[in-house]
Amino acid sequence: MIPKGRMMSTWTYVKKHWQLYVLFLLPALLLVIIFNYVPMGGVVIAFENYNPIKGISGSEWVGLKYFARFMSSPDFFQYLFNTLKLSVYGLLWGFPVPILLALLLNRINSKGLQKKMQLILYLPNFISVIVLCGMVFIFLSVNGPVNKALGTSINFMTMPSAFRTIYIASGIWQGAGWASILYTGALTNASPELKEAAVIDGANLLQQIRYVEWPAIKDMAAIQFILSAGNLMSIGFEKAYALQTDLNLNASEIIATYVYKKGLLDGDYSFSTAVGLFNTIVNFILVLLVNQIVKKMNDGKGL
Amino acid sequence: MVNKFSKYSLQDKILLILGFVLLGVFALLILVPLLYIIFASFTNPTYLQNHGLTLDSSKLTLDAYQRVFEDSSIWIGFKNAIVYSVVFTALSVLVTLLAAYPMSLKDFRGRKFFNTVFLITMFFNGGLIPTYLLIKNMGLIDSMWSIILPGCFSVWNMIIARTYYESIPHELCEAAELDGANDLQYFFRILLPICKPIVFILVLWQFVGMWNSYYSAMIYINDPAKQPLQLVLRGILIQNQPQPGMIADIASTAQRSQMAELLKYATIIISSIPLLVMYPFFQKYFQKGITIGSVKG
Repeated sequence: MIPKGRMMSTWTYVKKHWQLYVLFLLPALLLVIIFNYVPMGGVVIAFENYNPIKGISGSEWVGLKYFARFMSSPDFFQYLFNTLKLSVYGLLWGFPVPILLALLLNRINSKGLQKKMQLILYLPNFISVIVLCGMVFIFLSVNGPVNKALGTSINFMTMPSAFRTIYIASGIWQGAGWASILYTGALTNASPELKEAAVIDGANLLQQIRYVEWPAIKDMAAIQFILSAGNLMSIGFEKAYALQTDLNLNASEIIATYVYKKGLLDGDYSFSTAVGLFNTIVNFILVLLVNQIVKKMNDGKGL
Repeated sequence: MVNKFSKYSLQDKILLILGFVLLGVFALLILVPLLYIIFASFTNPTYLQNHGLTLDSSKLTLDAYQRVFEDSSIWIGFKNAIVYSVVFTALSVLVTLLAAYPMSLKDFRGRKFFNTVFLITMFFNGGLIPTYLLIKNMGLIDSMWSIILPGCFSVWNMIIARTYYESIPHELCEAAELDGANDLQYFFRILLPICKPIVFILVLWQFVGMWNSYYSAMIYINDPAKQPLQLVLRGILIQNQPQPGMIADIASTAQRSQMAELLKYATIIISSIPLLVMYPFFQKYFQKGITIGSVKG
């Protein structure tokens, strides 16, 4: 054993613990270098007129041409706002629901009923995006159950004005129950003594929630809000793309789906990469901003 | 800890009942569509389109299920999805658990550096096209490795595993070292067996994640024989293109499109069976999993 206070030299350490580097860390490191860092280097094609035959080094350098093309195109603001609206509205509508569900679940006296309820609420989380969207198409189709119930024949999936509502509502349907687990977990940590004291003091329901339950879940809520706010630009491709129809593109075309179509369907590699890079940069700025705000509220401690 | 309902004041009772009604409505909104799909999948397609659901047994049919089962595409999709998900989960969880170990050691030399290398990838990425070109240049198009390798190591999961390791008392490691165990022996014989919950959770997350995703497969897999289930489902559910063999024998166009609708219900049910069967088994790990997952990295 090494006597306390005497540090091993780095070389001795590495020699003694070579396994940590070669067996434990190397596989992950290789994966990260190949599949994360190499493509990061590949973004130079956003500044080139990339030609697959000439390769990255042989293609002509065009600087910011593709960024300028994207930002001056009439679609630029539409796609940017579609992305932001979808995620901001999604956050604002979706954020309170799991908290409400957890507070209500917590008030169910019968443990058995509570378990059954949770089982139902968590279930949609395990349904795939494709099946979820397939169900949306089925239920909202012109002669589907929703139209039958309303006595109408509205084609919801072709209406740009309905897209965001459909996207966000189906998101809450699928994810709110699962997200409530976090708060249920935090609520079980709420001190029972505090609660009893509140009841003895004659606190009513809202006061109990405000002084006993809310403090128990406050931190969790803050973390969740920050994490989602930092992800505003990386809103999922999969669901938006699956719910797109030719007629609702005005609302449903977001940057991620645009990058896919321009790049892989049209083969416009450089332009698509530039748009993707733009998205990454905006997202990073948002993360920094959110982190600054947290620091301010959290006495100088960021994430 | 929760007080009896009778102890609430009248005003609180009303509030609470309203809340429970809301909760009940939410649960019904989940259950009713799912039950609808189940019942509809057994209903005669013409009747379903004109009238809706029925309990009249003469209007019920197994036709859609028969057609889906007789067509090979769903089975190919199932087989591929199982292979991809199992290989992905095994590799991904192993690599992640291994990498998290040195990163959890306070005196690990180079910890800060490696940490930065990993964290950067959470904020920056090459994006779709550079990644696609890389995969193409590596000759991985139409190979299962194109969907398995790029997402194999997850920094986020590594942080979660690391946080879990850090909660294990360090004396255990020192004792093992005194007994002459090297890092590998300590990790597999002592640390992993105590860390079963986190292993199980990562397996669950990665498996469900791979099983349910279609993005990478849509980009990298063109060969129909290699498509995972979700891509086959996408054709039937989203693109309205049932496998030709499923409806080829129906002469009337109207009936064919009604059957195409019915096939959607049946494929939704069939594709959900594996997860539904596993669902009760996962259940006891839900709470634990998400609580660990919420530990901030």
